[in-house]
Amino acid sequence: MKEILVATLSFVGATFVLLAALGLLRMPDLLTRMHSTAKAGTLGTGLMLLAVAFHYGDVGLASRALAAVVFIALTTPVAAHMIARAGYLLGATLWKGSIVDELAGRYDHTRRILKPPAPKKPGQRA
Amino acid sequence: MDALNVIFVILAVAMVLAVARFIIGPTLPDRVIALDTIAMISLGTIAVSAIERESPDLLDVGVLVAFVTFLGTVAFALYIERQAP
Repeated sequence: MKEILVATLSFVGATFVLLAALGLLRMPDLLTRMHSTAKAGTLGTGLMLLAVAFHYGDVGLASRALAAVVFIALTTPVAAHMIARAGYLLGATLWKGSIVDELAGRYDHTRRILKPPAPKKPGQRA
Repeated sequence: MDALNVIFVILAVAMVLAVARFIIGPTLPDRVIALDTIAMISLGTIAVSAIERESPDLLDVGVLVAFVTFLGTVAFALYIERQAP
C-alpha cells in the first residue's frame, strides 16, 4: 500500500517535471516558457519530495521534506518574477500572437520606475 | 525496484529537453530559466535516489540544491537587470 502511494506520487511528479521541460522547449517566448516551468516544475518537485516523506514515514524526515516543499513553493515565484522583470527590461520580444502588453511604454528606463497607467476613458474596456 | 527505473528514464528525457533549451535559448534569460529547470530535475533525481538507495541523508543535499538554485537565479536576475538599457 505504501509502495503504491510512493510510486504513484513520484511518477506523477516526474511526469509534471517532464511536461515543464517540454514546455520550456516548445513554448514560443520567454514569458510563456517561464509560465510552463515555474508552475509545473514546482508541483512536480513538490510531489517527489512528498514521496520521500511518505516512503520513510519518520517524523523528523517528513518534516524536513515538507519544509523543503514549502521553501520551493515560496522561492520559485520570487525567482520567476525577478527573471521575468529583468527579461522584460532587457527587451524580451513577445510572441506575435500576444494581444495585450500592459507595461508597453510605461517603464522609465533611466529612472527604473513604472509610470502609473493612463486614465481610462469612460466606456473603454479594460 | 523496477518502478523507480521508469521514473529515472522520465527524468532523463526531461533533462535532455532542458539542456536543449539551454543550448539554443536565444537570450540570457532563456538560459537562466533553463538552468533553473535543470536544477529542478536534479532535485527530483536526488529525491528519487533517496528512495531507491534507502539513504535519507540525500534529502539534505536536495534542500541545499534548491537553496543554491534560488540564490543563483536571483543573482542572475540582478546581473541581467543591470545590463538592461
